[in-house]
Amino acid sequence: MSATQTPPKADDTGLTSSRPHGRGDRVFRGIAVASGLVIMLALAGVFVFLAIEGLPAVSLDAGAYEPATSFLGYVGPLVFGTVLAALIALLVAVPFAIGIALFISHYAPRRLAAPVAYLIDLLAAVPSVVYGLWGGRELAKNIAGFQSWLHDWFGWLPFFAGPPSASGRTILTAGLVLAIMVLPITTAICREVFARTPRLNEEAALALGATRWEMVRYAVFPYARSGMISGVMLGLGRALGETMAVAMVLSASPIVTLNLISTENPATIASNIAVNYAESTPEQQALLIATGLVLFAFTFGVNFLARYVAGRSDRRMAK
Amino acid sequence: MAKSIDVSDLDIYYGDFLAVQGVSMTIRAKSVTAFIGPSGCGKSTFLRSLNRMHEVIPGARVEGKVVVDGQSLYDPSVDPVAVRRQIGMVFQRPNPFPTMSIYENVLAGNRLNSKKLKKSEADDIVERSLKGANLWNEVKDRLGKPGMGLSGGQQQRLCIARAIAVQPQVLLMDEPCSALDPISTSAIEDLIHELKSEYTIVIVTHNMQQAARVSDDTGFFNLKAAGQPGHLVEFNPTKKMFTSPDNEATEAYISGRFG
Amino acid sequence: MSTPTLDPGVAPGRTAVALTEPRLPSWAPVLVGVAAVGVGALLWILGASVAVGVLAALVVFLVALPGWSAAVESRRAAADRLATSLVWSTFAVAMIPLVWLVFTVLREGLSTINVQFLTYQMRNVIGDQQGGLYHALIGTLLVTGMAMLISVPIGIFAAIYLVEYGRGTRLARVLTFLVDVMTGIPSIVAGLFALALFVLIFGPSIRFGFGGSVALSLLMIPTVVRSTEEMLRLVPADLREASYALGVPKWRTILRVVLPTALGGIVTGVVLAVSRIIGETAPLLVVAGATDSVNTNLFEGRMTTLPVFIYQQFSLATPKGLSYAWGGALVLIAIVMILNIVARIIGRVFAPKTGR
Repeated sequence: MSATQTPPKADDTGLTSSRPHGRGDRVFRGIAVASGLVIMLALAGVFVFLAIEGLPAVSLDAGAYEPATSFLGYVGPLVFGTVLAALIALLVAVPFAIGIALFISHYAPRRLAAPVAYLIDLLAAVPSVVYGLWGGRELAKNIAGFQSWLHDWFGWLPFFAGPPSASGRTILTAGLVLAIMVLPITTAICREVFARTPRLNEEAALALGATRWEMVRYAVFPYARSGMISGVMLGLGRALGETMAVAMVLSASPIVTLNLISTENPATIASNIAVNYAESTPEQQALLIATGLVLFAFTFGVNFLARYVAGRSDRRMAK
Repeated sequence: MAKSIDVSDLDIYYGDFLAVQGVSMTIRAKSVTAFIGPSGCGKSTFLRSLNRMHEVIPGARVEGKVVVDGQSLYDPSVDPVAVRRQIGMVFQRPNPFPTMSIYENVLAGNRLNSKKLKKSEADDIVERSLKGANLWNEVKDRLGKPGMGLSGGQQQRLCIARAIAVQPQVLLMDEPCSALDPISTSAIEDLIHELKSEYTIVIVTHNMQQAARVSDDTGFFNLKAAGQPGHLVEFNPTKKMFTSPDNEATEAYISGRFG
Repeated sequence: MSTPTLDPGVAPGRTAVALTEPRLPSWAPVLVGVAAVGVGALLWILGASVAVGVLAALVVFLVALPGWSAAVESRRAAADRLATSLVWSTFAVAMIPLVWLVFTVLREGLSTINVQFLTYQMRNVIGDQQGGLYHALIGTLLVTGMAMLISVPIGIFAAIYLVEYGRGTRLARVLTFLVDVMTGIPSIVAGLFALALFVLIFGPSIRFGFGGSVALSLLMIPTVVRSTEEMLRLVPADLREASYALGVPKWRTILRVVLPTALGGIVTGVVLAVSRIIGETAPLLVVAGATDSVNTNLFEGRMTTLPVFIYQQFSLATPKGLSYAWGGALVLIAIVMILNIVARIIGRVFAPKTGR
């Protein structure tokens, strides 16, 4: 980048000019390629270093896996809790995300659409630790009554068997907080694919006498299906990996239960790491890193699949 | 300072696809040469190969020879960047740099190549180039304003000013008027007439009247058939081309019987 | 109320032109809405909670309007009205947590905020003595700043590679895909990665601020790459060609034409990425640790950041700890919101001037 550029020599035609720019271009290109490679290395490094530090923890003495006795016994309930919380979040968030995305892309008055999109994006801007604080202190308190109502009316379902937690700090509450956190990303992706519906298709549907809802069903949804799926998957990835909100809402124990509203709640991988990190021996540290590796592999798989689905639909549409 | 260009047996490929085949011609110095022909026949591609701008498109390559004043354009020792400094180009749509003022736009070529210019030198270049592009009187009071604020025709003349500010030998114009209204078009055509005393000008146009009005020589490109490469059908002085062309296809095209 | 009447002649009995079908008057949704709110309010007055009242109003609206429509118009029209009502209500419901959260943070946090809270640290603060989050602000500034220093150049150059050099190559496709996948890395995994890396080098009890910066960079780089890439792609190819045609080499074209044109968008993207990572807790908890004192050395000793401070105070579960947590949350939200607004303003100011 130094100013050693020699001005092109004014020879007869000036066409050869001893290529003064070849080097600048090579250097610049080199930096760009190197940056790309650094990113790839970092990603590979995540796998490698987690594996180096974590894999020894797979075969420790049985006592290290308190309260379980083997690695699988330790990580199994955590995986269950992680998936359960994420599923609750998706179940709540996805209908809302699709509704809001439709609102922004097709229903809202033109002047309202942009501010609404911005408000939804603001939901993503709130730090997770604030969600945790709010969920653990404010939402839990106010939702406890609703959870005991669920127990009174739907107690015959295993999900609401109870006894309901008086503090409201249950996996259901954690799932709801996760739902709020997942909402922006899923909404954003759905909104984008909805907005990309070709105008011609929409007009064709309307010209056939479709109502707006029928137009959405016959022109927008079929076109957007794989985009919606990938949006949901990305939301899932987010929910699986979220740490603080769950750690701060739940008072967790490593159990497997479908009961969503009791005082005994399954922990998630991420929240388990955050909660137990401070007072861990090197052995436990390795164990936690190993569970982190499991989480990474899991979310990597989900995101991979999401991008693959999205990419496939892009390729199909490009044809 | 203007140069002549000799093209012999030039083939242009996009990947494996042969886009233009077997073009040979001599473009005379200090004259206007126009290329006409139906869409997709390779006129613009060929034009771009004259200053190696086609290399911007991935996979595009050239076989054959282009000689500018005795020097081969595709010689391995030739720097495409230097080529473009000698052979300027004006595009279909005016494209002034949006982050720069009118003044900076004119100097862009000089500045971007990191030539240190004294203020007085820079002022001279701007004034000379803008005068050369017949734009000076319209913009001299607002040189500091963004180039994007001008009308389409003014923007295009600004782009011409920008191209001649680096004092190229040759000026290539790729349908420079296709995005302009008739009044702006005629302003550009007048400008081309004036520029030809100093520069070698090559212009691609869809407008046959325009070719007849501004050019000294005309090349007619055509496709042999759909999917076949484009080729040069006829290359002759414009007068001859529009009165008694050698080739039947040329006559058919010019008189509007096809294309 | 000057609602335009779409179809004034609603006269089902008359066999007029087949083009008009019986329609609800245009004020029907408003009427049903008012009635629904009335029902909700009535329940609330009778002793039900606000939530039940709102829920009841919603249900009444969602049943009554389509029902009325089905009776007067047609099933298809009713379905359309149901869908429209649902879409509008999803939006309305989604706004509840946002408003609620901001309101709660303001209510709980405002009373904690004062000059001491912003300028004291927590060192040797016992019992009810006044402490503060100064050390956490310093920590956040340093850790985030270092993360920026690492990720902005890498991110921008990687984006330049993707858009300007690597277009269509295998490496670029793989990189794009990996960057996409990388956006989904859980933040705690990023923290564990940094920890595992530095534990390998410095031994198992290493905790320092720089580790946090590395972890945050892993989260920040993909956002920077994506936003920069998007902005670079928006720069018209015309401009690049115009520059090449002036005989400007490619790297100068990128530096002097492409980057300046995209600058506003790139800066906006970077600021937004910062606002995203500034609230990260988990990775810092794991690798930067926590402390009560100011630490200005990124490479030595534990370092508390604002989010970790909030979590620390929350974990104490004392009234004072909780009020400090809320106060910290308010400060954090304020910082994030300011960054968001700054990003928007930058985007506006740097937007290419058209002069018209």
